[in-house]
Amino acid sequence: MAASSSRLIGRAATPLIYLVLLAAWELLADTLKVPAWILPAPSAIFQAAVKWAPELIQDGWVTLRETVGGFLLAIVLSLPLAILISLNPLARKLLYPILLGLQSVPKVAVAPLVILWFGLSEWPKIVVVVLVCFFPILVNMVAGLEAVPKTMLDLMRSLGASPHMVFRRLRLPVALPHFFTGCKVAVTFAVIGAVISEFVAAQDGLGYLILISTAQSQTPLAFAAIALLTLLSIALFHGVEFIERRVVDWTP
Amino acid sequence: MIAAAYPGSAPPRSSAAVVAAIDLKGVTKTYAGRDGGSVHALGPVDLRIEPGSFVSVVGPSGCGKSTLLRLVAGLELPNEGVMQRYGTALDGPSHEVGIVFQEHVLFPWITVLENVLLPADVLALPKAISRERAMRLLEMTGLKDFAHLRPQMLSGGMKQRAAFCRAMLSDPRLLLLDEPFGALDALTREELSLELSRLWQELGRTALLITHDIEEAILLGDRVLIMSERPGTIRTDIAVDLPRPRNADTVKLPRFQEIKHQVRDIIFNRAQA
Repeated sequence: MAASSSRLIGRAATPLIYLVLLAAWELLADTLKVPAWILPAPSAIFQAAVKWAPELIQDGWVTLRETVGGFLLAIVLSLPLAILISLNPLARKLLYPILLGLQSVPKVAVAPLVILWFGLSEWPKIVVVVLVCFFPILVNMVAGLEAVPKTMLDLMRSLGASPHMVFRRLRLPVALPHFFTGCKVAVTFAVIGAVISEFVAAQDGLGYLILISTAQSQTPLAFAAIALLTLLSIALFHGVEFIERRVVDWTP
Repeated sequence: MIAAAYPGSAPPRSSAAVVAAIDLKGVTKTYAGRDGGSVHALGPVDLRIEPGSFVSVVGPSGCGKSTLLRLVAGLELPNEGVMQRYGTALDGPSHEVGIVFQEHVLFPWITVLENVLLPADVLALPKAISRERAMRLLEMTGLKDFAHLRPQMLSGGMKQRAAFCRAMLSDPRLLLLDEPFGALDALTREELSLELSRLWQELGRTALLITHDIEEAILLGDRVLIMSERPGTIRTDIAVDLPRPRNADTVKLPRFQEIKHQVRDIIFNRAQA
């Protein structure tokens, strides 16, 4: 009895703390009479969300497309490079410093240039997302491909396995959990990348919506957009985790 | 009898020619040290293993006995000396050799059966025959009901049995055992070494066992080779004239105890070799 009730408390703890924080926010906004254009109460944000639902959904869809598109493109681009770097010492020496240098460039600073180069379509946003996602996936994949225990390599060598066989039967499965770690980091970055590029130049997307609603003192709408972005980010993270659990179904 | 499972595979013991399974002459191994110096790990070693025999190697830890096994396996090349395997130069790994490592080295992402079948995939052996043979090996080692589970569901002893099945899958002429029971508890170790003794007799293959357990070395071996401290050389070669099949009662025989004391005395320098 005691055990089950303590488990119930344990399970309810997380939603409870959110509710308490929201209630405190509502109460403080109400008693301190904070103007809604500076810090709206949760109830005002909710009202704005309902009122502007069509815009939020439409702009949310744009941002989701850019995020997922850029994320997937980053996977497609980084995987072959990771394999090349892990297999070929020369490729590693040539490519790694370049990629490391590129990674050190702040992506936010590059965003205006990317817009300049790629124009006002969805492409510049996707490019920024790719830039942000590319490196975490690459680095983790390279590390994964090289994280093979020596004993397992000895086993494959003792069987006279070809490099291709070692790659397929050993390196790839060992690398998979690392790959997903990179993906989980990257997908969170991806949302940030999309919003930043929308800040720079866009006619739609949640970043754009935040920008214009703040400019027009529609602060509750800006907060609603931020809330939606947060939910989007959480959903994408859990989506990757869901796929990971399906693919990596072993404990090392 | 499960020998000669594949067409053209190793002939059974009886028809083996006089050529040695393993023949090492003046073999040494030196490793490059971290500080630019070098570590003389092994040798010079002369070693001849007759086909069909079971040879145990015992020695203090760090004496280079694992290095010896890695050389025989073709995983490493010697600095000096000549190595031959069944009459041809030993210069790399061979499908004629099966290895059981100290750790089970089972892949956690595939089932026990798929692990046992790994050599068949790598060596491109016929699928149906390999699968049938894998199931028979798993049955012999009492793992049939666990074939479709992941290795992490198995106990330490069961994992090592699965590793043995994998080593035997390609029907190797030579079985190399690198402290295969070293990571197991004492009870499981005794149980498994008796089981290995039985299987070895049934399968009829040449075997080289590296171990630090004197009883295990005597119980399994036709010969016990005692190695010196690093750089490891073979100090003494003792013939184990105990009857086969050997079982749990073998260790109680006076002759077993006699050999055991002899080996201990040599290892701990209480007698002249």
